[in-house]
Amino acid sequence: MQLVDQHTKKIMEGCKERALDAGLSFDKESLEYIVTNSDMVELSPKHMIPTLYDYWLHDIQVLRGKGEYEYYPHNPYETVINTRPAISFYNDNNPDWLNVMIFYHVLAHIDFFQNNKFYEKTWDYDFKEKALTEKRIIDKLRSKKGRWVDYVLEFARGIDNLVGYYQNLSESENNDLFNLPSKVDFYFNTFLQDIKKVGMNKFLEEVERYNSTEANNGRSKEDLFFENVLILNPEFDELFMKRNKGEVKKVSSDLMQYLMNESKFLNKKENEWMKVIIDIVRDTSLYFSPQIRTKTMNEGWASYWHEKLFMNDDRINGHEISFAKVNAKVTSLSRVGLNPYAIGWRLFMFIEESQDKGKYTYEFDKLSEIDKRKDFDKSINNGRDFIFHVRENYNDLTFFNSFLDQDFVDKYKLMVVGQRINQQKMVKEYYVKSRKAEDYKQMLINSLYHPPFIKIKNISDTLYLEHVFEGKELYRDYIQNTLIGIEYLWGSKVQLETHEVDMEKMRADEQANRNSKPTFRKVLYSVHNKKVTKQVLN
Amino acid sequence: MEEKDSKKTKSDDLVNQDKDLNHDELLSIKSYKSFYDFSDFQTIYKFSFHDTFSSRIYDLDRLLEKDKMREKDGFPRKIKLGKLVKPSKDGKDKTIIIPTVSEEKFYHWDAPQGGGEGKSTGGIGGEDEGEVIGEEPIRPSEQGEGQGAGQGDAAEHGMGADAYDIGKILTEQFELPNIKEKGKKTSLTKFSYELTDKNKGHGQLLDKKATLKRVVKTNLSLGRIDAKKKIDTSKMLLTPSDRVYRILSKEKDYESQAVVFFVRDYSGSMQGKPTEAVVTQHIYINSWLIYQYKRQVKSRFIVHDQQAIEVPDFYTYYNKNVAGGTEVSSAYELVNKIIEEESLARDYNIYIFHGTDGDDWDQKGTKTIENIQKMISHTNRIGITVAENTYTQRNNSVVEKYIKESKLLEKHPEIIHFDSFKAVDADESRIIQSIKLLIS
Repeated sequence: MQLVDQHTKKIMEGCKERALDAGLSFDKESLEYIVTNSDMVELSPKHMIPTLYDYWLHDIQVLRGKGEYEYYPHNPYETVINTRPAISFYNDNNPDWLNVMIFYHVLAHIDFFQNNKFYEKTWDYDFKEKALTEKRIIDKLRSKKGRWVDYVLEFARGIDNLVGYYQNLSESENNDLFNLPSKVDFYFNTFLQDIKKVGMNKFLEEVERYNSTEANNGRSKEDLFFENVLILNPEFDELFMKRNKGEVKKVSSDLMQYLMNESKFLNKKENEWMKVIIDIVRDTSLYFSPQIRTKTMNEGWASYWHEKLFMNDDRINGHEISFAKVNAKVTSLSRVGLNPYAIGWRLFMFIEESQDKGKYTYEFDKLSEIDKRKDFDKSINNGRDFIFHVRENYNDLTFFNSFLDQDFVDKYKLMVVGQRINQQKMVKEYYVKSRKAEDYKQMLINSLYHPPFIKIKNISDTLYLEHVFEGKELYRDYIQNTLIGIEYLWGSKVQLETHEVDMEKMRADEQANRNSKPTFRKVLYSVHNKKVTKQVLN
Repeated sequence: MEEKDSKKTKSDDLVNQDKDLNHDELLSIKSYKSFYDFSDFQTIYKFSFHDTFSSRIYDLDRLLEKDKMREKDGFPRKIKLGKLVKPSKDGKDKTIIIPTVSEEKFYHWDAPQGGGEGKSTGGIGGEDEGEVIGEEPIRPSEQGEGQGAGQGDAAEHGMGADAYDIGKILTEQFELPNIKEKGKKTSLTKFSYELTDKNKGHGQLLDKKATLKRVVKTNLSLGRIDAKKKIDTSKMLLTPSDRVYRILSKEKDYESQAVVFFVRDYSGSMQGKPTEAVVTQHIYINSWLIYQYKRQVKSRFIVHDQQAIEVPDFYTYYNKNVAGGTEVSSAYELVNKIIEEESLARDYNIYIFHGTDGDDWDQKGTKTIENIQKMISHTNRIGITVAENTYTQRNNSVVEKYIKESKLLEKHPEIIHFDSFKAVDADESRIIQSIKLLIS
C-alpha cells in the first residue's frame, strides 16, 4: 500500500477544484493509496478500514477471498472510506483518464458522506484513528484473556445488527430533523392527549400558547412555557421523568446497549472488560449503518457526478469513447436484477428534471392525462439545487418512497420480474409480474437492508426477545448460534419469539396439489445452557 | 520428480528443505558467509515483523486449532468447507473447495413462497405484464453446473496444492482418522543421517578409493605419472583438496507411497445428484490421502459404464458423462490388470474407491465378486459407495445386494468397507460421515 504518485495526485487536485466549482462540498484533504488486488482481498472483510480490529473469522474470509480470486480475478476500480481525511484506494494500472473518472466518483462519495444527514454521527471524529485505538485495546485484552476475547467479539458481532441506529441518530443535538424537544413532544402528544384527554379546542389553545411564548430575560421559550404548565399541572414533571425512564426500557430495540446496561453477567466486576468489546462492536456497527442505508443514493449520486464532471473536464478530451464504455458497464440497467448505480443515477436525473419543470407541485399532481403530464413544464429550473437537498436529507427508503412514480417506471421501461416453475417444460420462467410503480417501489423497498426489530423484555432473569413480525421469517440456520451467543452475554436463559412458515403444512398442500400461500405460525426458541429448543405457540 | 533422486547433495537439500532447518543448521550455513555478506537490509528486514494490516492473518493451521478449541469450550464449530463453482462458457465448470465461515445473526429472509413462485426482482424491457421473458432449465444439462466437481486444467498441479490443505482441514476438522503405520508400507517420509555426501578437504571419514582416484587424476594432469612406467606412489604429490571425505548428511527416505484408484460409474443413470455426491466424496478422499501421505500419492482415475477406461486426470474424471449401461466388473477388472502389469502391489499402499448408483446389468455380480476377491489380496482398502437414485429402493440396489450376499464385508472387515445413501440427502455432513466409514 503506497500513496499515489505526484503526477496522479496533481490530476486529482485538478478534479477537486472542478468538483468544488460545481457545488460539491468536502474537506480539502484526502488520501489516495495504490493497492494491489491482494491488498483488497485482505481489506475487504474489514470493510476496507486498515486499522479495524483483528478477528479470526476475517482471516478465513481472506483465505476464501484468495481462493476465489484465483478463479475469479477481478480489478476493483476504487473504493472509498468515510474517514477524516477520506481515504480511497486505487489500482496501480489505471490510465489517467480512468483515474479522472474514478476520482470524480470518489469525490461525490466523499461529498455524500460529509453532507448527508444520516451520516451526522460520523462527522465529529476520524473512524480510522478510533479503530486503531480500539484495535490496540482488543489486542491488549487478548493478551490477558486469550480466546475469550474472540468469543465475546463473535457474540457481540452476532447481534451487531440489533443496534438502535435511528434512536442514536435522533439523540443528536444538532439535527434539525429530530430537534423537537422531547418535553414538548411529551406534553402535546402524550400528556394532553392520552393522560388529560383534552378536547381539540383546548389542545389548539395550548399549541397557540406555545407558539406565542417568546424567550425573555435570558430564559428560554420552553422554560417560560412549562412554568405555566406546572402551575396548572403540578404532576407533569414527575410524569415526564417517569415516562422517560420507562421508555428506555420498554421501546429499546438496541439489544447491545440493553445487555451492557442490564446483564448481570456483564456487570460483574470480572466481566466488565467484555463490555468494552461490545461497545467497540456496537460503535463500529453504528458507524457503518448510514452507508448500508444509503447505498443506492450514494452510488447514484457518485454516478451522476462522475458523468457530469468528466464530460466537462477539458483535460481529458478524446477519451469520451473509452469513458462511455466504462460508464455504460457501470450504470446500465440489467435485464433482470437490480443495480444501485443504475437506479440511483436515473432517479437523481429524473428528480432534477422533474423539479426543473416544476412537477413536484399540486398543479402537476392533479393532471391525469398522459400527454399533459409529459409536456408539463413550468421552467422553474432549480432542479440542481433540489437534488442537493435530496442528497442531504434522504436515505434509500425515503428516496424511493418519495420520488419513484409511474412516470419514472414508464420512462425507463422498468418492471417487476417474477420467477415461477413451469412443470410441463421443467424450466424456471422469468416473467413480467408488474409494471405498476407501486409494485416496483414495494419490490425495491423489500430488497433494502432491514434488520429485524426485536422488543426486549426481562421476565424474572429470562431475557425475552420478541421479534416483531413484518412478513418475513428469520433465517433459521443462524438462529441457534446467535441465541447461544446472546445467552452467553446475558448469563442466563434467553427466549426468542418469532414467526416461521409452516413448512409441514406447505408440503402437505403441495402434495395435495393445492395452490397454497405460506402460512406463518408463532414459535418460541429457548436457549438454556447452550441447548436450543423450539416450540410452536398458538 | 524429486523423489526419484534420493541421493542428493547436501547443498541441494539445504535449498529445498529450507523450512525444515533447525536452529543449529541455520547458524552453520550463516557462518559460511563472511562478515561483509550481511547488511541491515537483508537481516533485520528479513526477520523483522511487519506490522501491517495483513501481517496478523493467521494461517489455516492456527485457524483450525482455534476452531477445535471451540468444541472444548462448549461452542459449535464454525469452519465449513464451501464449494465454489466457476461456470464457464464451454460447460466445463470448475469447482474448488475453500474454507468458509458464516457469521450468524438474526437476518430476515424470504421463505419459500409455495406454488413454485420465486422471489421477485427488477428488470427492464418492453413486454406486457404476464409475458415470459426468459427461462432456465431446472435440471442441469449434461455437462452443466453441478455435475463436475472437477478442477479444470489445473488437474494435477493445482489440485495438489489445494488438496493438501483441504486434506488437513478434513483430517482435523472432521476428525478423519490418521493412517496407521502398517509394517514396511508406512508412507511417511523419514529422514536418516548417513555418510553419503562427499566433501573435499575435510569431513568425518576419509573415502580412500575416491581420494586415490583424485590423487591419480591430479598427478596425471601435473605430468607426474607416466603411464608407460611403473607407478611410484611415493613420488606422487598430495594436495589437501584431493582428500575426499564422507560427511554425515540428512537423507530423505521415500519409503513407500500410495496409489489410489478412483473408480466412478459414469453411465446414464448416474446423472445429477449421484454423480455430484460421488465426485464430492472422491475429491475429499483424494485430499485426505494427499495430506496423509504428505503428497506422496499417485492417483489413478477410472470411469466405467459397460467398459472401463482410465482417464488421465481429475478433470476428465469428474466431467465425463456417457449414456451407456453399467457393468461394474469391467472397472474392477481394469484395476486388477493395472496393478498386476505395473506390479504396484509390491511397492505401494493401494486404495480403491468406487462410486456408483448401485446399478449393474450383471444382477448376480459373479464376475464383480471374483474381481473384488482378487483386489482384496493386494490392497489396503476398498471403499464402495452407493449413491442411490431417488427411484431406487433404500438399501436395495443391485450392487449392495450382491456384495452383501457375498459376505465379503464380514470376511474382510479390514479391507473392504461399504456405504450407501440416498444421493439427494448427500449434504456435506453425510458425505463426510460416509468417508469416515470408508476409511476408518
